[in-house]
Amino acid sequence: MKRKDLLGIRELACDEILEILDTAESMQELSSRPIKKVPTLRGKTIINLFFESSTRTRTSFEIAGKWLSADVVNISMSTSSVSKGETLIDTAKTLDSMSADCVVIRHASSGAPHTIARMTKARVINGGDGAHEHPTQALLDALTIRQRKGSLSGLKVAIVGDIAHSRVARSNIHLLTKFGSDVWACSAPTLMPVKMDELLTENQNRLHITRSMDEALDQADVIMMLRVQFERMNESFFPSVREYFRYYGLSRERASRGKSDAIIMHPGPINRGVEISSDVADGPYSVILDQVAAGLAVRMAILYLLLGV
Amino acid sequence: MTLKPNYQLMNADEMRGTLNRLADEILNAHSGRELVLVGIQRRGVPMAQRMAKTMADKANVHPQLGILDINLYRDDLTHAAVQPIVRRTELPPHIDDKEVILIDDVLFTGRTVGAALRALTDFGRMRAIQLAVFVDRGHRELPVEANFIGKTIPTKDNEVVEVRLTEIDGEDAIYVMEKA
Amino acid sequence: MDLLIKNGRVVDPARRIDAVVDVVIRGGKVISIGKADVPDIPQFDATGLIVAPGFFDIHVHLREPGTEEAETIATGGAAAVAGGFVAVAAMPNTKPSNDNPSITSYIISEAKRSSPALVFPIGAVTREQKGETLAEIGEMVEAGIVGISDDGKPVMDGRLFRRALEYAQLFNLPVIQHCEDLNLSKGGVMHEGVYSTRLGLKGIPSSAEDTMVSRDLILAETTGGKYHVAHLSTRRAVEMVRQAKAQGLNITAEVTPHHFTLTDAAVAEYDTNAKMNPPLRSQDDVDALRRGIADGTIDVIASDHAPHHINLKMLEFDRAPFGITGLETAVGLAFTELQLPIGRMIEMFATNPQKIMRVTPWGLFEGSDAHITILDPKRRWKFDVSKSRSKSRNSPFHGREMTGKAAGTIVYGKVVHEDRS
Repeated sequence: MKRKDLLGIRELACDEILEILDTAESMQELSSRPIKKVPTLRGKTIINLFFESSTRTRTSFEIAGKWLSADVVNISMSTSSVSKGETLIDTAKTLDSMSADCVVIRHASSGAPHTIARMTKARVINGGDGAHEHPTQALLDALTIRQRKGSLSGLKVAIVGDIAHSRVARSNIHLLTKFGSDVWACSAPTLMPVKMDELLTENQNRLHITRSMDEALDQADVIMMLRVQFERMNESFFPSVREYFRYYGLSRERASRGKSDAIIMHPGPINRGVEISSDVADGPYSVILDQVAAGLAVRMAILYLLLGV
Repeated sequence: MTLKPNYQLMNADEMRGTLNRLADEILNAHSGRELVLVGIQRRGVPMAQRMAKTMADKANVHPQLGILDINLYRDDLTHAAVQPIVRRTELPPHIDDKEVILIDDVLFTGRTVGAALRALTDFGRMRAIQLAVFVDRGHRELPVEANFIGKTIPTKDNEVVEVRLTEIDGEDAIYVMEKA
Repeated sequence: MDLLIKNGRVVDPARRIDAVVDVVIRGGKVISIGKADVPDIPQFDATGLIVAPGFFDIHVHLREPGTEEAETIATGGAAAVAGGFVAVAAMPNTKPSNDNPSITSYIISEAKRSSPALVFPIGAVTREQKGETLAEIGEMVEAGIVGISDDGKPVMDGRLFRRALEYAQLFNLPVIQHCEDLNLSKGGVMHEGVYSTRLGLKGIPSSAEDTMVSRDLILAETTGGKYHVAHLSTRRAVEMVRQAKAQGLNITAEVTPHHFTLTDAAVAEYDTNAKMNPPLRSQDDVDALRRGIADGTIDVIASDHAPHHINLKMLEFDRAPFGITGLETAVGLAFTELQLPIGRMIEMFATNPQKIMRVTPWGLFEGSDAHITILDPKRRWKFDVSKSRSKSRNSPFHGREMTGKAAGTIVYGKVVHEDRS
């Protein structure tokens, strides 16, 4: 990969994305070997710098790095150490003095990985920043979709949930529209960001905004549900959990509005009964567990392409 | 860096003849035992497939086939493409205790084979590993030799041996190229 | 100080002068304007330059007392005169806030001691700028404030703001409002629009400013108070001010150079030097501000110079403080971006600020204190932030090429800054 960092999907070209997906596909067989290790990144130091807690993403990166024989270090920065005055600059300089080859950053502030990337020699991977982007999630979603549907083009993909605060939604919108699929973003009016229709994507005419879940799900090939954060209720984004599920939750009846072979996706962790009912989450069309496996492969591919050449 | 052809080493007929001879040699050395032909990505793969077909046609022997991509095992000095693409690796299950023939198009520094050996050890403990190549062009940097060789030729440092196979390149031929 | 300003084009729209003549200054006062031949005093050759009444930046944060690592009265004053300003009005949101006469007196005496520019303090509207009870406005007037504001913050409570507008009339003080409904803007760090959505940053909607401007204009009308809108940034607010003026209300408005020059696109890759409050807005808003400047709706250009220590601006976008410096780039940007007739430039930088703030006016007339700005409208230059007189470096204009600069700044007849090509 010619880039120093992987900070977002928006700036990636289609062939860069395909390189990651193809490499990930080749690396998937690692998980079925008796010895799940290759020496590719031996001697490389990868630091997981998580300012926001996240077990699954961090574990996924950790396993990916270890299977590639890298030395992986997890640093969980609680916000209290940040409020003690340690700034991002200090953190970046510390990384350089540790000769880190690569840093995976998850942060509650949009743009934090960009700030750190400017100040460190290490390759920076954005593990999710604020409401901005979560590129590895979109890439693993794309791999899952491609494996199930054979292609990333010409699909109808419905993304339902708290679009305003979702970096997963933004990254997926950038990626899927780049490849010529139509994305239907659906949420309650309070959870749809301002000027969403003008969101600068590669192909603006492929992004459709709607408040109607029925319209979004109608004949969809892929239904992607986003996690609802309970804090939103305290800020009056919607009145109650029950009301949310009634109008924007994925029930079996709603899911059947998609195509008969539509796949159900969710970045996890799921809130059963809030945005998705248990029977749909555990049903035959749910690919939620495949996403986790794809996540491992995609993260290995990215680490290899950034560090292994 | 551009390459211009220096001379043609083999044509399609010669290549067919050579592959058949290699298949015979392998069979003679291993009659009766369970063989696995593992083609090294990229061109070792169609070579292994062709050899397996020959063995089946001529001697009714059906070796298992495997595919090995060595990019995850390269040491820093292995000659790699500008953007090494990691391709599929697929080995048959229960490879322990089998006889593996690694198959590649050109044997040069020996580092690709070194990487292949490291890769195979992560898959299990094979009974024996041997190496079959189309062309041995010398210039070894590791103590590696092939057990079955199509043709041995001396080459200069600025030359490149290009094995072209229909499955990948659209023609069967071997050229010795020169770096311009 | 004595000084002879020779051969400049003397322009003072308030006194209807526009002629190439000389200005004689003795004892820090303007003695005569006309052809003069006074060989015994120092000369300033103003051939090809414009001689204007001293420019007055009425919206500046000097950070002293309390945050001297970002700026002091001395360094802020130095930056001001480097930018062509003879005087600045200092906002009260220092630490402690300028909400009582002893802080006001401190600022004035420190300025006399160390600042090459005149410093006119603005007092707080409310105690500690908490927005709860009125500050000791009368006592501060006696100590020397020229206006009141809670800038940094709005006065959210309508009833309290009404009282301020009424009470200030006793002293003929302008009440300056930073218009922002804190509930609508809560958590926001940049303009709410396409860019904030794309960057995943929380937005400050235009409605946060517009709703308060609307409320304040009604309060200004019903109280008859002297109301001034700080740093206008939205199209709707400009339209409301235009309409209010047409109705004859006693209101004035200011704009910053960054608001008529940059849009929210400047945030780009999370550049904290594009983070300020009110935020940079859309092209539509920038166009409306320029129309407001051209047609007189907006009276004053003021920099809202807001220095911050370099460490603070190197934080993630959400945590970086709001504000950029501006004293040294204001005049250059106004020349380059607006291309106003020189008379209008002078009105916006010198004449109108003096009308709004409670100061004894100065200008190019006999008997005036000799506070003069010399301008070179043709001077091509590039702003180099590393050479700024300010202690802080938070400017988005580093490297920007401009045409037009102050060639000299004169306070009480003394040349406190000179910069010729």
